[in-house]
Amino acid sequence: MTAAIEVRDLVIKRGKREVLHGLSCTVPQGSVTGLLGPSGSGKTTLMRAIVGVQKVTSGTVTVLGRPAGSAVLRGQVGYQTQAPSIYADLTVRENAHYFASLYKGLSKKDADAVVEAVGLGDHAGQLVADLSGGQKARASLACALIGRPRVLILDEPTVGQDPVLRDELWGRFRAAAADGTTVVVSSHVMDEAGRCDRLLLIRDGRLVADDTPAAIRAATGTNDLESAFLHLIRTGETGLAASARESA
Amino acid sequence: MSSRILGSTIRRILGQLRHDRRTIALLLVVPPLLLTLLSFMFEDTPRTFQGIALTMLGIFPFVIMFLITSIAMLRERTTGTLERLLTTPMGKLDLLFGYGIAFGVAAAVQAGIASGVAYLFLDLQTQGNAGLVIAIAAANAVLGVALGLFCSAFARTEFQAVQFMPVVVIPQLLLCGLFVDRENMAGWLQAISNVLPMTYSVEALGEVGRHADPTSTLWTDLGIVVGCVVVALTLAAATLRRRTP
Repeated sequence: MTAAIEVRDLVIKRGKREVLHGLSCTVPQGSVTGLLGPSGSGKTTLMRAIVGVQKVTSGTVTVLGRPAGSAVLRGQVGYQTQAPSIYADLTVRENAHYFASLYKGLSKKDADAVVEAVGLGDHAGQLVADLSGGQKARASLACALIGRPRVLILDEPTVGQDPVLRDELWGRFRAAAADGTTVVVSSHVMDEAGRCDRLLLIRDGRLVADDTPAAIRAATGTNDLESAFLHLIRTGETGLAASARESA
Repeated sequence: MSSRILGSTIRRILGQLRHDRRTIALLLVVPPLLLTLLSFMFEDTPRTFQGIALTMLGIFPFVIMFLITSIAMLRERTTGTLERLLTTPMGKLDLLFGYGIAFGVAAAVQAGIASGVAYLFLDLQTQGNAGLVIAIAAANAVLGVALGLFCSAFARTEFQAVQFMPVVVIPQLLLCGLFVDRENMAGWLQAISNVLPMTYSVEALGEVGRHADPTSTLWTDLGIVVGCVVVALTLAAATLRRRTP
């Protein structure tokens, strides 16, 4: 498998605080990679660096063989921010049509299909301001999916969704990956980790684990990913992260 | 820049405005009401009213569009839509010109209605063409938009953004020749007035009031206002950073 995203020795300072301390990882093409870690661990900062909107202190981020944020990548990388970044004073449909218009060769029909796919078909004519939190998140997700990106960066896309919809959304991520799209999904809940092909666990701006869920379970001798991660964190981050990487 | 993206951005911004009925009502109704108030205030001195009303037709769109744009752009920044747009193929100029054109159109409609009321019901008379008044008002509105786009970069909250209005607007209002003729100002005040763009749009409106045909002063003034728009848009473009800390 070729790498869609390659992060090398990434250091990012926001203000005086160093958020990422020399992080390196690779994300294989056509996979669903879970970016897990507690709130404030640097997940969003890493994602922002991958889409190229984050000022980088040192290190490199390469996406599809080009430096992150390159002009050519803008048509190929879809990004859903943690807070719904869509226009509250437009309807779901108007938002979708607008974001579709930013990409070449997309019609309004394509946009409507994506709105339907995230389960908002019945709410397409509603103002985003009048939607529930979960619906807003899905509308925002629809706008990230619209450009048919080759790399999809989703910051906590399933927060606040009901279990059935969450399952459907994961189905969509899996289908996108099967089509060759590289999907990176961040989450702070471990119950979603098992659905990923690979997991990146970060804590305090450092990589604690970078492996498949199965390998992490095996390395820590537990079946439950939550306890596996606890185990990894408690038994000294550096040593086990290194061994987890070696087994990969 | 792409005409497809620019076009859809203009439609999107006007669409947001269209959903906001109250803002539309305020945009269209407030200037005629204030002009009517002025006409009552200067009932006994109609000449004074003529001068002030004409100046006001240029000032309203500037002030209102400055405010609306700084808030709209601040919202783009705070809700994350700006960050998202900058990860798409959209160019910075698509966004800036989108705002300039969309709000410029809205301002032209506003100026058309305000001028219509002033000419038809409030006895406003100008030697020159009313169309020129509307054109100058629209240019002023676009100047307001451009400065609003720029200033929004320095505000983190709506509270701060509205505070830029007195900073940017009131000095121009005081020194443009509306309160004191520019000839009667102290030299250093005149010098400040010379570098403020509203001075030129007010002078241009005065030219339309006094002369039947567009004068060269009018064209120069309009050129200066357009030049200021270009400068403000360039500064605004410099504040749109794809990468933020």
